[in-house]
Amino acid sequence: MAIPFVLFNSRNHGRSIIITDTYPTMNTRTPFLTHTLPTPLVLASGIWGTTVSLLVRAARSGCGAVTAKSCGPAPRAGHVNPSCLDWGGGLINAIGLANPGAEAEVELLAQAKAELEPLGAPLIASIFAGPPDEFATVAATVARARPDFVEVNISCPNVHSDFGEPYAASPDAAAEVTGHVVDALAERNIPVIVKLAPNVPSIGRIAQAVTAAGADALCVINTMPGMLIDAESGQPILANRSGGLSGPALKPIALKCVYDVRKACPETPIIGTGGVTTGVDALEMLMAGASAVGVGSAIHFRGPDAPRLILDEMTAWLAARGMDDLNAVRNRAHHEPLYAAVPTGAPVPSAH
Amino acid sequence: MFDSAPAPAFRLPTALTVARIDEENYRTKTIVLNGALEATPGQFVMAWLPRFDEKPFSLVDNDPITLMVTAVGPFSRLVHALEPGDRLWLRGPFGQGFAVPHGQARLAVVGGGYGVAPLLWLARSLARTGRTVTTIIGARTANDLLYAERFAALARFRPPHATAYDLIAATEDGSRGVQGRVTDALLSLLEAGAIDGIYACGPDPMLSALRELGQRYAIPCQLSWEAYMRCAIGICGACEHEGKVLCLDGPVVRD
Repeated sequence: MAIPFVLFNSRNHGRSIIITDTYPTMNTRTPFLTHTLPTPLVLASGIWGTTVSLLVRAARSGCGAVTAKSCGPAPRAGHVNPSCLDWGGGLINAIGLANPGAEAEVELLAQAKAELEPLGAPLIASIFAGPPDEFATVAATVARARPDFVEVNISCPNVHSDFGEPYAASPDAAAEVTGHVVDALAERNIPVIVKLAPNVPSIGRIAQAVTAAGADALCVINTMPGMLIDAESGQPILANRSGGLSGPALKPIALKCVYDVRKACPETPIIGTGGVTTGVDALEMLMAGASAVGVGSAIHFRGPDAPRLILDEMTAWLAARGMDDLNAVRNRAHHEPLYAAVPTGAPVPSAH
Repeated sequence: MFDSAPAPAFRLPTALTVARIDEENYRTKTIVLNGALEATPGQFVMAWLPRFDEKPFSLVDNDPITLMVTAVGPFSRLVHALEPGDRLWLRGPFGQGFAVPHGQARLAVVGGGYGVAPLLWLARSLARTGRTVTTIIGARTANDLLYAERFAALARFRPPHATAYDLIAATEDGSRGVQGRVTDALLSLLEAGAIDGIYACGPDPMLSALRELGQRYAIPCQLSWEAYMRCAIGICGACEHEGKVLCLDGPVVRD
């Protein structure tokens, strides 16, 4: 019997830095909707803003697709500082959707698209809005830049005061917004990715609702709400008081959400995002059911070359196990049972 | 109250008490805090006042932690109102500071306006290495010229191993030092072939002019650029400058 792949020891957790191009035969090409990404890594929205030079830099450093910072119907300054902090287990941010507005962003997105095209890295525009029909307006605006995909941010945890509870919290609301964007982009044939929130009772239900409403793919997940308090002043540290957790602390939550969404929507492409910092993290995300893997806070934890490091670690890990295609590990976590036998099981605790 | 060994870094805003405040000119104070931090000249910290705002400041010194604060808005005015014993919260240090390669013996350290903040520490540490250091500081008027006395003191009491230490002050109206800009003063040194490296901090136009001079005379530059630092940890992109994330790749950029 073949030794089940999942029994391999990964004690060092892939945290050693391996910089190598010694596996030229490794297939990292990742089918994703209408495109084939050169690598499975996707720059997450909000990282490095909408600056063209930085989006291109991300693609050059190993991202197979890049997501621009979410833009909305009007320019937004975002929250004052502190707006992003490293608290030890990860980051917390409340940038507050700072963006120049969709109109101003069209030009930037078009320029980014032109510079990314020769690199083979698709551009994902990200949008947010207030009322559901306003999502359609913003989507139609950014569509003028002809992004390869549009991601719909219905899950930002940092703008409640302006926009109320995230649409991602309710299947009906999430589906309504999705429908507006799908209609707005149908004519241009731009696929729609909906970004889901982790803090819901059943992310599978939300995923099914938005795919039924026409979403082509899902980004799973956005940040998880949290708060830091400074004991010396007794005050929340973020100017917005609360923010979204990302980085290593988010990974187990993201893996669970991706796993659940894969179960709920077996055929829907998923960008698995949340706490991926190493190559092994990224492989775990693929095993949970992700089609591609978002990278964000790793830029802080590993440096600007994080995508390249992660990709090299993925490649080295697979090569060490005799594999030459990273697509081989996809959905592994869903392959069970591993044994024909049934374990004895834990004893029921006695009631004394 | 605090460890005598410098702290490696403050990941989160950390409360420090104000030890001393020096008035520098009509709108600038130097704030000395009770604490020390492992850092290099050119790195910066984020200073926080709870429930108000957080702003970036170059380190004037790391031991004790020292900041130069010019009153330009509500945050800096609140910092100006602090008194010894009051608290200011810092996180950092962040970014890449100045790093002088071994081969360079004759250095120009050039500061414009409040861009002199990180340069006193740099000049002092360079003078200890036996290099020839020429500091050029400039401002519009004598009133705006910052740290002139501190740099002059460095020139008078130069460390034993320093080969030479010169200070040139330049003001646009000629009210102190030579009349003109720091670039004018540097130009004659470059023409004389007396400079191997340029280290500077100041307003963008000054840095652009220095970079052009460096290119013209084939002298390497390390320039500290100013930007709105938001996250300070390299991910938000707010401080982008010519494809670089200044809070991570900079603020000191090598040309």
